[in-house]
Amino acid sequence: MSFDFEQAVSLLKTEFPQDILDTKEYRGETTVFVNSEKIASICGYLKNNLDFTFLADLTAVDYLEIKSPRYEVVYHVHRFGVDCEENIRIRLKAKISDKEPTIDSVVSIWATADWLEREIYDMFGIEFAGHPDLRRILMPEDYGPFPLRKDFDVRNREASKESFEKALEEDTD
Amino acid sequence: MGVNADPLLGGEGFLTTTIETLANWGRKNSLWPMPFGTACCAIEMMGVFASRYDLSRFGAEVARFSPRQADLMIVSGTITYKMASVCRRIYDQMPEPKWVIAMGSCTCGGGPFDSYAVVQGIDEFLPVDVYVGGCPPRPEALIDAVMKIQKKIEMKGAPVV
Repeated sequence: MSFDFEQAVSLLKTEFPQDILDTKEYRGETTVFVNSEKIASICGYLKNNLDFTFLADLTAVDYLEIKSPRYEVVYHVHRFGVDCEENIRIRLKAKISDKEPTIDSVVSIWATADWLEREIYDMFGIEFAGHPDLRRILMPEDYGPFPLRKDFDVRNREASKESFEKALEEDTD
Repeated sequence: MGVNADPLLGGEGFLTTTIETLANWGRKNSLWPMPFGTACCAIEMMGVFASRYDLSRFGAEVARFSPRQADLMIVSGTITYKMASVCRRIYDQMPEPKWVIAMGSCTCGGGPFDSYAVVQGIDEFLPVDVYVGGCPPRPEALIDAVMKIQKKIEMKGAPVV
């Protein structure tokens, strides 16, 4: 049995006719734009029915003024096949708006998503509904801004200094 | 210090000195470094401790991983604000007298990381005695820094309580 991109995408399209918004081919990579509200069920289908057992990466992009809606959450899912041809990787993109940056968590599908979603929350302020422990992972816990947002000045060290001074005070107590 | 050569006072049998000079002579020749390595400079620092460059020739090879047993802190590597409070805390736990070497561009002034997370020079929160530039500095540069610390101890010393 052979299994390739076209088959995966067409299976997805028949299963979720309303929610597969667009597909793109570029240099042998397939990107599927999906409805962000259905992300959990699409990912569940990919894993349980099509054997995409491995979430290789989960990240986000802030397009600020370039695109609307502003954010895209990007999922790289991998399928390990017996045959080389069946060893494929698909990219899912879900657009979410600036006003309410929330998307369903996929931790219950791939446990790897736990820290990856925390990192996205830390850097972009995108919330993952249903995440078991959504708090900052890289920046200090009392840190305010979301540093990878394009409207954040990368050289702004004020918030870091505040967290640092607070940590010092806690040490002396 | 002076060697007594007067036969009436026992000849060449003893030295005269002050307690402070003696203590600083000892401190100078037995610095116990606390390696605070957070990045690639730490690899170079390990090279300095190891046999090729051999910091024990200067009496400073006993790397102590407990701040309570150390008197020289070698901060080698990028210090983020999240790490800075830890670094300060470790420094505070070291007994007096103590000295600090800022090793590498990152600790001296932030290095290439002009960003929201990185401290632009550890002298923002630590009293640095010797700065070593370089990315990373050559082992010889760190040895020179240790020798400068020795010179500082010899010339300025530290009070004996």
